[in-house]
Amino acid sequence: MSAKPKTLILTGYGINCDWETEFAFNQAGARAERVHINDLIAGERKLSDYQVLAIPGGFSYGDDLGSGKVLANKIRANLRDEVLGFVSGDRLVIGICNGFQVLVKSGLLPQPTPELNQTVTLTFNLSGKYEDRWVWLAGKSDKCVFTTGIERIYLPVAHGEGRFFAEEKELSSLKKNDQIAFQYVDSRGKPARGNFPENPNGSVLDLAGICDPTGRIFGMMPHPERFLYSTSHPNWEREKELLSRQGKKLKEEGDGFQIFKNAIKYFK
Amino acid sequence: MATRIQVFTKPGLPDYLGERVRKRIARDLAIELASVRIGEIYTLDRDFPAEDLEKLRRELFTDPVTQESNLSEPAPVFLKSQKFDWIVEIGFLPGVTDNPGRTAREAIEDLLRVKFQKSESVYTSRQYLLRGRLSRPEVGQVTSALFNPLIERAQIMSRKEFEQAGGLSLPLPRVKLPPEPPVLSVDLNLPDEELSRLGKQGIVETVRNGREIRRGPLALDLDYLHAIRDYFNREGRKPTDLELESIAQTWSEHCKHTIFAACLDGVDGLFKTYIRRSTEEIRKKRGRKDFCVSIFTDNAGVIRFNRDFNLVYKVETHNTPSALDPYGGAITGIVGVNRDPLGTGKGSRLVVNTYGFCFGNPAGKWEPLFRDREKENPVLHPRTVFEGVRRGVEDGGNKSGIPTGFGFVRFDPRYRGKPLVFVGTLGLMPARIRGKPSEKKGARSGDLIVVAGGRVGKDGIHGATFSSEELHAGSPVTAVQIGDPITQKKLGDAQLEARERELYTSVTDNGAGGISCSVGEMARECGGCLVELEKVPLKYPGLAPYEIWISESQERMTYAVPPEKADEFLGLLESRGAEAAVIGKFTDSGRCIVSYRGKKLMDVDLDFLHDGLPRKTLRSKWNPPRQPELKLSEPADYGEVLQAMLSWPNLAGKEFVVRQFDHEVQGGSVIKPLVGVEEDIHSDAVVYRPLLDSREGVAITGSLFPGYGDIDPYWMAADAIDQVIRNLVAAGADPGKIALLDNFCWCSSDEPERLGQLKRACEACYDFATRYQAPFISGKDSMFNDFKGFDAQGGPIKISVPPTLLISGIGIVPDLRRCVTLAAKSAGDLVYVLGLTRKELGGGQYYAARGEKEKGGAYVGASVPQVRPEETLKLYPRVADIIKEGLVASAAPVGEGGLGISLAKKAMAGCLGMEIDLSRVPKGPGTERDDYLLFSESTGRFAVTVDPKKSAKFEKRMKGLPMAKIGVVTNEPVLKARGVKGKEIIRIKIEELKEAYKKTFKDW
Repeated sequence: MSAKPKTLILTGYGINCDWETEFAFNQAGARAERVHINDLIAGERKLSDYQVLAIPGGFSYGDDLGSGKVLANKIRANLRDEVLGFVSGDRLVIGICNGFQVLVKSGLLPQPTPELNQTVTLTFNLSGKYEDRWVWLAGKSDKCVFTTGIERIYLPVAHGEGRFFAEEKELSSLKKNDQIAFQYVDSRGKPARGNFPENPNGSVLDLAGICDPTGRIFGMMPHPERFLYSTSHPNWEREKELLSRQGKKLKEEGDGFQIFKNAIKYFK
Repeated sequence: MATRIQVFTKPGLPDYLGERVRKRIARDLAIELASVRIGEIYTLDRDFPAEDLEKLRRELFTDPVTQESNLSEPAPVFLKSQKFDWIVEIGFLPGVTDNPGRTAREAIEDLLRVKFQKSESVYTSRQYLLRGRLSRPEVGQVTSALFNPLIERAQIMSRKEFEQAGGLSLPLPRVKLPPEPPVLSVDLNLPDEELSRLGKQGIVETVRNGREIRRGPLALDLDYLHAIRDYFNREGRKPTDLELESIAQTWSEHCKHTIFAACLDGVDGLFKTYIRRSTEEIRKKRGRKDFCVSIFTDNAGVIRFNRDFNLVYKVETHNTPSALDPYGGAITGIVGVNRDPLGTGKGSRLVVNTYGFCFGNPAGKWEPLFRDREKENPVLHPRTVFEGVRRGVEDGGNKSGIPTGFGFVRFDPRYRGKPLVFVGTLGLMPARIRGKPSEKKGARSGDLIVVAGGRVGKDGIHGATFSSEELHAGSPVTAVQIGDPITQKKLGDAQLEARERELYTSVTDNGAGGISCSVGEMARECGGCLVELEKVPLKYPGLAPYEIWISESQERMTYAVPPEKADEFLGLLESRGAEAAVIGKFTDSGRCIVSYRGKKLMDVDLDFLHDGLPRKTLRSKWNPPRQPELKLSEPADYGEVLQAMLSWPNLAGKEFVVRQFDHEVQGGSVIKPLVGVEEDIHSDAVVYRPLLDSREGVAITGSLFPGYGDIDPYWMAADAIDQVIRNLVAAGADPGKIALLDNFCWCSSDEPERLGQLKRACEACYDFATRYQAPFISGKDSMFNDFKGFDAQGGPIKISVPPTLLISGIGIVPDLRRCVTLAAKSAGDLVYVLGLTRKELGGGQYYAARGEKEKGGAYVGASVPQVRPEETLKLYPRVADIIKEGLVASAAPVGEGGLGISLAKKAMAGCLGMEIDLSRVPKGPGTERDDYLLFSESTGRFAVTVDPKKSAKFEKRMKGLPMAKIGVVTNEPVLKARGVKGKEIIRIKIEELKEAYKKTFKDW
């Protein structure tokens, strides 16, 4: 494997976190490039040339007809074979926020099926409102490639439809197969138990991110690409001031990087 | 045959959107519903085989986990599983932008690989299932809160009616237009009275039963019409309707800023004399240190950010449309101002949105207002306006992927007739593109005219002239539009790719006046244009040529594309899902020529079109208002007063606004709009990192003080400039690299007294921009923010907004790791106040809040805060230095609500207590009272906290400047203050302060 995994950052139709996601992957050691979905459909770029597929956050199709639904529809209608071929190999897929919604609605999560049918969902926040706020997450899966080594992390969510919901049998299969990658917790790491604002959207099981049974396909609602520098943290300058009084310096890197680095490490 | 797909949340699952509506109705209307459930209805106005419909229903329209749905045709029947007592369906009126409908059509085309014909479409509507014991009038009230009759229609049925009728169905909003009207030639050789009527009411479309039907205001004054008449007499012909409409657009107040350009009391144009001159002088004085790049010539101002990049900033208003349809007006406003930096130079990437809202009082007594004597057209309640505008800016920013960073909300009863909605966008542009300066553009003769983005409908016809006239019953509702951020996002993304490939030589946005203005502007770059209107993509047939030419349909950009690059350009846009069409070419004929189906409809000299308008000569009058100074009793309980101030709507926390705006997308947020340990206190400025691989930042803020204008607009303007500079300095900006924008929202600008106030404000703009060496780089004005209508008794009423000047500012932060917030950091830290506190409470928040409580309206007073550059010019650079040197742990400008609010916010943000001794505050004469010290709004002040280990150095660095240590930060979370007489006057727990700060908008 090459030292720098080729990473495709999907763009188009209202995806809008593509620049910072590209930046995150490149800084972490990937060779990332933004590719418009129509260039994949037209065959001008080939998914099979890449090792990582990232579907960034955004508002594909304005969330009309349900978040992620129409972009998922486009993938299912135009790229089904390419995507199924991609995930059957030793490759990684990450969907962040709207990208997670796309992975769920195109049936790539919790487990890809040949028909790419949707089996779980991300729906409207319990508050009925869009929420931009920072939340604590706990890493819970031993198999998820992207969350390896992350016990607890503070990241921002920004979404109106982030409430994970599924039937009981889907939930127990997620638990059984170690597919629960991230859960919302409080600042001390205790389960959020559905309480706002620790669980910002009312997700069942406080679910913030899941992976497929191989651990290689991963989706999460919070935005790790928004915490690439320590200065993105809401209280960084407090942290910096208090550290400086102990003669210490604030590190420059943000915790969100870990998730992208894990992807790179996988190919090493 | 049309088919309806109806989608509801499964009966066993809660409907959280419905629940939010239920709560809103309980709060705003005091109507308690047992439940509200919402159904999304998609009406496919196209034939499909049954199996395709089923596939669409199942795979595209229904979430298999949470939703159930059915298909019905033709009469919509109801999902039996859903229970209700009343049903309300709300759908769009014909021609209103239906974004989900358009998406649904695209998705169907993708999934089934079919193409919709022009006459085929998907329409969306919404059903509200209400449960509860409601009377019909109550359901009517609920319905009124759910829809806007200007853009939507609603149908209400009880359960019984529904069952008897076998369903409910709104008519499909197909656009049906009569055959397109003929092109008219207009006789201008008329008596002045007739000409005046033409200018005010528009061209006579037809005469019916002896009554003239006119097209709507041209907003051309008599002297303008004379100039046009003389021009066409020289040309030896009558103008066509299209020519007249086109000139009216180009010469509108909105486009030509005729009041700011007018000769006023012998002053050679307010803009030229005060605003532009200040910038010119600053640039000259700075010489090589000038950081202005392109100022006042393009759609937005351009300054240098660093060696390789420029910043592009523009702030606009969208007041009139937001008064009519708050959501549509605001989203069109924000998505519209996005196009300014997009259309500046070769076009920029959009990195931050800003906002400022001025509304009537959201709570308390509301006296209904109407636009018409018949009382059929009510003015919306300020709460409805607030929520609609907020939602419009939410969708406009969030869906475009632009962080909505800085903003504020201000209340004054005088905004109840007409709200002010400020929206701004900051862009980032490489200084050079392929080695050429990015700010330079120029269409060349022979380049093709390409219009891209949205299609053209009747939207916004007479929009530009509309906002120049006062709002009244005859206001055309075509001015109401709904923005479509995704269409624009697709185009904006594609434009960035095209820019890098140099596929166009010039670009500009389509705003007021549509292509008549954008093409007309670009034609000046090369000296002419030739447009074939039939090539413009339309939403529906039946538009008159003049309508195509001046329509303000949104999300459109105009490009000049060299013919050899046209295929590549059009191919790129198509592959990005953005529509584009060649509609003509640029020439050097010196004329603007427009044809339609081979017939020439416009042939006007370009110089006349742009410069033929006579200059207005205006007179102003300045009567200094003689507001009596107030003699208010001293409050008995300062704790109570402080809490009341924190709950006062203008000062209270509005976290719900910020949380619903994505302020962190693009990953560059550094100082956020909410700060503090619990991330819940509003900051006075925000800082962003526009380039992820650089440590340079941009600080953004804005400020307005309409209350000060009641005493003197001069100080209103000066104080706003000072506040902006101070906000930026406190956030860590370099005081030598600050740029300003002005947005004047005035009223009755045809009255000499109003113009007198305007002149005062402009004088201050010149005086303080030059003193602070902070150039104005862009601006905009909206001169007639008056509401003329009727009260509940049917009596005529005029409500003018207070003269309002928003000063927006951006400042460059050399190293964003040096930024500080207002939050206190650690117990034991010392609290300092920098700058003098004087008795300057006039027009401020303390008087306003007390007046409201004691007499039901603001007290004004006389002692308006003044700016004293001889003090501030020494202080501000020093403050910037000590922040850079890391000597302060927190910094905050002291602004509205004074020291009391500033210190309370500091403590609340730090979740720490404070012990303050007011007697130590550096003060001027007349401040012997504690309420003056706490709530005076004197400018030029900061509150900072300092690590005691650094205090000696700090004090040394501040030597010679007005400064005092007034207290200490404590671990015990209690704010304690001793008054000037040495007695403890405040002792309140921080959590109680926070409760006061948050309670006003708690349930929003």
